[in-house]
Amino acid sequence: MKIKTPSDLEKLRDQGQCMLSPQKPRVSVGMATCGLAAGAGAVFDALRQAADNLRLDLTLVSAGCIGCCQEEPLVDVRMPGFGRVLYARMTPEGADRLIRSLASGELPHENALAYIPEEGSDTPKSAEVLSGLVPINALPFYAKQHKVILRNSGLIDPQSIEEYAARGGYKSLLLALLQLSPHEIIDEITRSGLRGRGGGGFPTGKKWEVCSRAAGTARFIICNADEGDPGAYMDRTVLESDPYAVIEGMTIGGYAIGASQGYVYVRNEYPLAIDRINHAIERSTECGLLGEDILGTDFTFSIQVIRGAGAFVCGEETALIASLEGGLGEPRPRPPYPAVSGLWGKPTLINNVKTWASVAAIIRKGPEWYAGIGTKGNAGTAVFSLVGKVANTGLVEIPLGLTLEEMIQGIGGGGLAGKRVKAVQTGGPSGGCIPADLFHLPIDYASLTQAGSIMGSGGMVVMDEDTCMVDVARYFLRFTMEESCGKCTPCREGARYMYAILTRIIEGEATPEDLVLLEEIAMWVKEASLCGLGQTAPNPVLSTLRYFRDEYDAHVREKRCPAGVCRALIKLTINAERCTGCGLCLRECPVGAIRGKKKAPHIIDPDLCTHCRTCYDICPEKAVEIVR
Amino acid sequence: MITLTINRRPVSVPQGTLLLKAVEEAGITLPSLCHHDALAPYGACRLCMVMITAPYRALVASCTYPVEEGLVVETDAPEAVQARRLALEFLMSRCPRSDVIRKMAEKEGVTASRFGMPSTEQTDELCVLCGLCVRVCRELIGAAAIGFTGRGSERRVGAPFDFQSDACIGCGACAEVCPTGAIQMEDRGNQRILRAWNTRITLSACPECGRFFTPEPTRFLKKMLPEIETYWEVCPDCRRQKTSRQWLNAQ
Ligand SMILES: Cc1cc2nc3c(=O)[nH]c(=O)nc-3n(C[C@H](O)[C@H](O)[C@H](O)COP(=O)(O)O)c2cc1C
Ligand code: SF4
Ligand code: SF4
Ligand code: FES
Repeated sequence: MKIKTPSDLEKLRDQGQCMLSPQKPRVSVGMATCGLAAGAGAVFDALRQAADNLRLDLTLVSAGCIGCCQEEPLVDVRMPGFGRVLYARMTPEGADRLIRSLASGELPHENALAYIPEEGSDTPKSAEVLSGLVPINALPFYAKQHKVILRNSGLIDPQSIEEYAARGGYKSLLLALLQLSPHEIIDEITRSGLRGRGGGGFPTGKKWEVCSRAAGTARFIICNADEGDPGAYMDRTVLESDPYAVIEGMTIGGYAIGASQGYVYVRNEYPLAIDRINHAIERSTECGLLGEDILGTDFTFSIQVIRGAGAFVCGEETALIASLEGGLGEPRPRPPYPAVSGLWGKPTLINNVKTWASVAAIIRKGPEWYAGIGTKGNAGTAVFSLVGKVANTGLVEIPLGLTLEEMIQGIGGGGLAGKRVKAVQTGGPSGGCIPADLFHLPIDYASLTQAGSIMGSGGMVVMDEDTCMVDVARYFLRFTMEESCGKCTPCREGARYMYAILTRIIEGEATPEDLVLLEEIAMWVKEASLCGLGQTAPNPVLSTLRYFRDEYDAHVREKRCPAGVCRALIKLTINAERCTGCGLCLRECPVGAIRGKKKAPHIIDPDLCTHCRTCYDICPEKAVEIVR
Repeated sequence: MITLTINRRPVSVPQGTLLLKAVEEAGITLPSLCHHDALAPYGACRLCMVMITAPYRALVASCTYPVEEGLVVETDAPEAVQARRLALEFLMSRCPRSDVIRKMAEKEGVTASRFGMPSTEQTDELCVLCGLCVRVCRELIGAAAIGFTGRGSERRVGAPFDFQSDACIGCGACAEVCPTGAIQMEDRGNQRILRAWNTRITLSACPECGRFFTPEPTRFLKKMLPEIETYWEVCPDCRRQKTSRQWLNAQ
């Protein structure tokens, strides 16, 4: 069916509404890559099998990411008249029991994480069924979240255009094409205060404005879905969980600047995201929401998916464009900016996945609504992947301006097993480490930059007292060094030399002069490199030098690693009082450095020991100790 | 015309001028390796860094920065001098045997590099990865016979997979443009040898004197440029003699 009029869209929405709240149980499983990795596929199959066996009529949906990735596999069950419950850490056996309960007219509490409040579900029956469960927004993990980019993520079937429409999808495109001029759209985006979510935080409205005014007739839209930071999966999740939101945003962008062709540049390592976005493009085209004469107007817009080669630097916009053109994915100097001269030398509007996913929400709910979220100069929400030494991990969307404290202690639930959180690395390998005594800082562009880090695309790695900051700096630098394209001197030669110094430090071979040199080179690489990769590569080093100088000094002057991480600088001993003489370490030590009689305390020969920590990790009595 | 301030003095240059050229106009020479007037701006060596203090404060590569009205530039700001020196030090340690780099560094006050790199010590590396050879071959000759391989410190220039490229016409523009002499071109008998590209090109002989003078593959130009068709008939020396004979005869 082609959607040509508002009432056609209304029909699509009604169909979607019936699918979202059917008169039978709706069971949806979080099946983004994060869920699949946790075993959601087997849970899904078990649910299907059990339902078939019992001939239970239900809607089984493979949905996107529900957010608290560490609780996966997650299953969201809606029972008409009963309510809606989110189940965590599901297993195929649990799934079987769940279906049995549903078949006998019950909404069980086994594995229930929380209930999801829904309109019209506050009946006496549902109060009875749900009593004893907490509402999802009362969980600390969800309490302070505000979902705009992830508004549909995990709630709808990402393949279903009907369900997307039922959640208000394509209302914005309708509004944009039928009631707003391109100029008005750009104005709304500008007034919303939206800034690019790809890392740089450039004001989106201003970029659109520049691009729409640039000379020339042909123009292009690009969605940057290259996402190369290790540990980051925000963009992948959006594409997997709500691809229509990205398509709608790009289409509105195309209308606003006068482009008729868009590209989604997505890394090849994201097969599910590629499938989902391709499927959504196909469905949108079938429905007349992409292609010629969209919504009965004379506006034409198509989208093509291009697979990236997988180099981190290809996420940089000029390198991405060079790669799209079939050339070497290598940055070039700006200006000219892509908005003026981009793909094939034509004005090109390039934005991040999350930026595009925000657009439709802004047009539908108005710029004032969006500007009201977050703080001044930092409007709206951003998505972070919270990982590392923190109790709750997962994909988190917050209004900007929340403090790091609220993020890490509140949403994240603080350190692991009573350990003290020491620092957080924001912005991925290009970001910096912010120490715990600065956790009162709000999460916004200026504050993070001032603290020596960056917002980046939303990585957040929490570190505790067992993390060596020199080792961390070296780890991240290694990533950028290996991903450097090698075009410009500072990034190519400087990063390599910095890495060599850091290696000397953790091996206990560096001198105080090395530290001076390290800082000097780091500043140069930051200021003299050609593209953002080199300009940000020294951040982990500079920020740890700034806040954790004592750890560097301990390594360099005292040949000591305070966190007990750097192999060359630690010593392992066995605490005779705790050792039960079980002999496990003796058998496992790869170099045979451990001696001792059965049932008597063992000892480690320091001359043979290579500090590999095997014994430390396996001792059931925790009798092996690291001397720092 | 655009007026900007360079080292506290006003300078006027046409719109579209690159800052490097404006700085030269002001009588100041900056070190530079990867810039060539005939090629598109590239900005790889980072030797030509200068400090701008208006409209905002930043270190920029002057060879890729188009001038703008009111720009204030300090080539002698300590940060800029430091940035150029560091780049030179690193290139010196990359190519310890290059006289070109050493002289350029001396001019900037750098006599030795502090960065002996274990992997590059005792190397006879001369290539600074300025990319001029690759770009001249692609942008001006249109052959694109050579390119870059490898990422980061593994980056190299070369023919694809280090095999002789069919696209190479043996013109020698790469060797000509290379600032450090990393590409040696040798004509031996009927062979032109470009060792850096593992390439041998056959030269054709002059029918008059028998000397080998022009690479075979350039003959396709004959069709494209009929006005100089005669260039491929005889070698330059014989052509000169022939023309002067014709001229004398006509007298
Ligand atoms: C080394 C490097 C990698 C980048 N990787 C990405 C990326 O994976 N995704 C992205 O959206 N932007 C990335 N960027 C930023 C882009 O260059 C560009 O600023 C962004 O796509 C613009 O979109 P926005 O305004 O919506 O943020 C990267 C930049 C650099 C320097
Ligand atoms: S900064 Fe690094 S990645 Fe960017 S152009 Fe230079 S060498 Fe390439
Ligand atoms: S071979 Fe010469 S011209 Fe080519 S990149 Fe190296 S230094 Fe530059
Ligand atoms: S001459 Fe300017 S960067 Fe090389």
